[in-house]
Amino acid sequence: MAKLIAKPSLPGPEDIFRTVLPNGITVLARSNFNSPSVSMGGYLPAGAIFESDEKLGLADFVSSSLMRGTQTRDFDGIYNALESVGASMGFDSGVHNANFGGRSLVEDLPLLLKLLSESLKTPIFPKDEIEKLRAQILTGLALREQDTSDMAAMAFDRTLFAGHPYSRPSDGFVETIKAITRRDMQNFHRAHYGPKGMVIAIVGAIEPKKAFEAVNRVLGGWQVPCQVDAPALPPHKPVRKTVRKHHSIAGKSQSDLVIGMIGPSRKDPEYFSASLGNAVLGQFGMMGRIGNVVREKSGLAYYASSSLSAGIGPGSWEVHAGVNPKNLKKAIDLIEKELRRFVKSGVTKNELADCQANYVGRLPLSFESNSGVAGALLSIERYNLGADYFLRYVDLVRGVTRDDVLATAKKYIDPDRLVIATAGP
Amino acid sequence: MANKITQTTLKNGMKVMLKEIHTAPIISSWVWYRVGSRDEPTGKTGISHWTEHMQFKGTKQFPASMLDKAISREGGRWNASTSHDSTRYFETMPADKIDLALRLESDRMQNSLFDAKEVASERTVIISEREGHENEPMFRVSEAVQQTAFHVHPYHHEIIGDMADLRTITRDDLYDHYRKYYVPNNAVLSMAGDFDTKSMLKRIKELFEPIPKGKVPPRLIRPEPEPKGEVRLSVEGPGETTFIQVAYRFPNATDPDYIPLQVFDSLLAGASGLSYKTSRLYRALVDKEFAVDVSGWSEATIDPYLYRITITKHPKRQPEEVLAALDKEITKLQDVLVSSSEITRAVKQARAVFAYGSENITNQAFWMGYVEMFSSYEWFTDYLNKLAKVTPADVRRVARKYFQPSSRVIGTYVPKGKEA
Repeated sequence: MAKLIAKPSLPGPEDIFRTVLPNGITVLARSNFNSPSVSMGGYLPAGAIFESDEKLGLADFVSSSLMRGTQTRDFDGIYNALESVGASMGFDSGVHNANFGGRSLVEDLPLLLKLLSESLKTPIFPKDEIEKLRAQILTGLALREQDTSDMAAMAFDRTLFAGHPYSRPSDGFVETIKAITRRDMQNFHRAHYGPKGMVIAIVGAIEPKKAFEAVNRVLGGWQVPCQVDAPALPPHKPVRKTVRKHHSIAGKSQSDLVIGMIGPSRKDPEYFSASLGNAVLGQFGMMGRIGNVVREKSGLAYYASSSLSAGIGPGSWEVHAGVNPKNLKKAIDLIEKELRRFVKSGVTKNELADCQANYVGRLPLSFESNSGVAGALLSIERYNLGADYFLRYVDLVRGVTRDDVLATAKKYIDPDRLVIATAGP
Repeated sequence: MANKITQTTLKNGMKVMLKEIHTAPIISSWVWYRVGSRDEPTGKTGISHWTEHMQFKGTKQFPASMLDKAISREGGRWNASTSHDSTRYFETMPADKIDLALRLESDRMQNSLFDAKEVASERTVIISEREGHENEPMFRVSEAVQQTAFHVHPYHHEIIGDMADLRTITRDDLYDHYRKYYVPNNAVLSMAGDFDTKSMLKRIKELFEPIPKGKVPPRLIRPEPEPKGEVRLSVEGPGETTFIQVAYRFPNATDPDYIPLQVFDSLLAGASGLSYKTSRLYRALVDKEFAVDVSGWSEATIDPYLYRITITKHPKRQPEEVLAALDKEITKLQDVLVSSSEITRAVKQARAVFAYGSENITNQAFWMGYVEMFSSYEWFTDYLNKLAKVTPADVRRVARKYFQPSSRVIGTYVPKGKEA
């Protein structure tokens, strides 16, 4: 009934521009002239993996400080330039990378890139600004301490990834944030911020070649000969039996729970069968089977779902729910039962077909906005998926069989070796 | 943003708004009902939101077990939400699959079952939703501020409703509410995306026009009297962090003062959708370390509602010092004319935010219906032009008129733990 107009809606080798500058920066670009705006995003390898246990939160503190003052502009000057034209930009960091993102009207892209370049290359970490930021981070940590969902997630990571960099919260702890000096930040920046391994994507109302030239103009000359390579990830130790951890927070009306185990990394061959299996388990429709038993049938929770967190290193496969404290055990029992069923008999033909149809059908929806496309280009680059990834996507999804899902479930999920983390009263 | 849209009213009174956008093979369809938490009398608070939940519990044609899968199977995204003034349902789908969304919406406009067992299990789901909110200090203080700001008008209560009513509302209460308000002459369909208007309108008529008109109850109108002075309150709870919320009475979205107030808001607290580090409040409160964060926020409503400033207090400051710093900034806007370049800046910011919004089809369909709930589409299309006409004197006038201490409520969240 709807008039379908053929249009190149999926990013592919024909319209994804990619080039690597001589200094190592990878530039990705794709045009979209439907709106006079442009979205920019990217990352560079300057994450928490480089920091010590004593200075946990350093990478995050550094990335949050980049826009607090540079050799050319002070904090207010940076934000005045951005906000005066309705543009925005920000940095954060995870275990592996420091990430950045921003958007502006296309006429202001040169300004956006100039500010990006200054923030990356010449931050000066002004003493008073660092102290203001430190107070803000400490308040953030005090609020985290009261957040049942955050605290359950932290207890989960600490247990599942014991001894591994993924066990640590990248925003640190009160004592480690207090221990970080301005000198630590300057040293971290000097050693880890550089063009090697940096990726930037620009999507919007601009020809890719012009986007590339704009990046090259401000970042093409950046050289950091002593930029330190990231250390290899150590192996993680699997849990031997189900472990339960509870973090007590008084005065709360709801508890949060996380139940899970190690999952595949993004590059593992089982990624797609795990992802589709997870969709059946805790995503599809109203949060899949988990949502059905915990929310729809038992009315125990407003949210109860499962998710796959798959990145560079070992991933995690997690079930999340928020329940009344008195229903915690009941919810855990129901979830454990679903996990056993999932590992024993996998998914039905119809369930798998539903999820495959969902994955294929929703693909164009993820490219509705420029930032959605930029994120897709960055994923292709980060996980080496190939420029034709979205053109192969339908085959990748449809190629997964029930046997694949069952084998993947059995490989990763052992209902007798779960990590169960809860937080609440 | 291109503004050409088709607006029409079906024979049964249902309004339809269509906007063709052929940039991606996607259609977003929204159905809006003119009912929200402001239509709920005491004893039935939360019933609009709960009814919204029940709309996902099935009809004969689309039973609950099938309903939640039907849209997902086609790759669609769908959800619903309830506000003070309206309830809205949307589906964003691959363009060739939108018919399913239309069939579903026309069916559940009249045929939802409200099965007693489903009502019972949804009761605890919603109670759990509320308990999740209550975990948040900001919800606790914000609810108390709202209750204090409105004694008479039904904006008094939170959209989710009071716990007492969530325990006692019955299946028949919900079903009555549904039958009363979910009629075509109380609904608006807004749709944007990759379709042909003529054939789409034909299909919409086939599906929706047979639904009979209903008798819609008048909106619950109990005007709130003028505030009679500043009210201060505090709520206590766990944690180490103090939050302060200051709420001023704010005009409705069609009041002529609403537009200059948007400029005022932009200068005071930052343009919505952007960072706000050069706003006056950020510079005065966060930069000067009275607060670790501050934000300002208003809502486009049918009746006068609130402008709320929310402050996360700096651990080394006393609440009184923080309030004095806030008042100093507001007084400046009341005493000193802003420069016209500041207004130009606010207009440019709004223009950029509009451009970002027009990247997204779901967002465009949303705005058509959203403004229809309190005004008409022209409110949206005229917005930037009206904003550009605001003068420094307008800003000063509205600052004086609306931001007097005597018309505000100040709520403080007092943490029972040790302050960091």
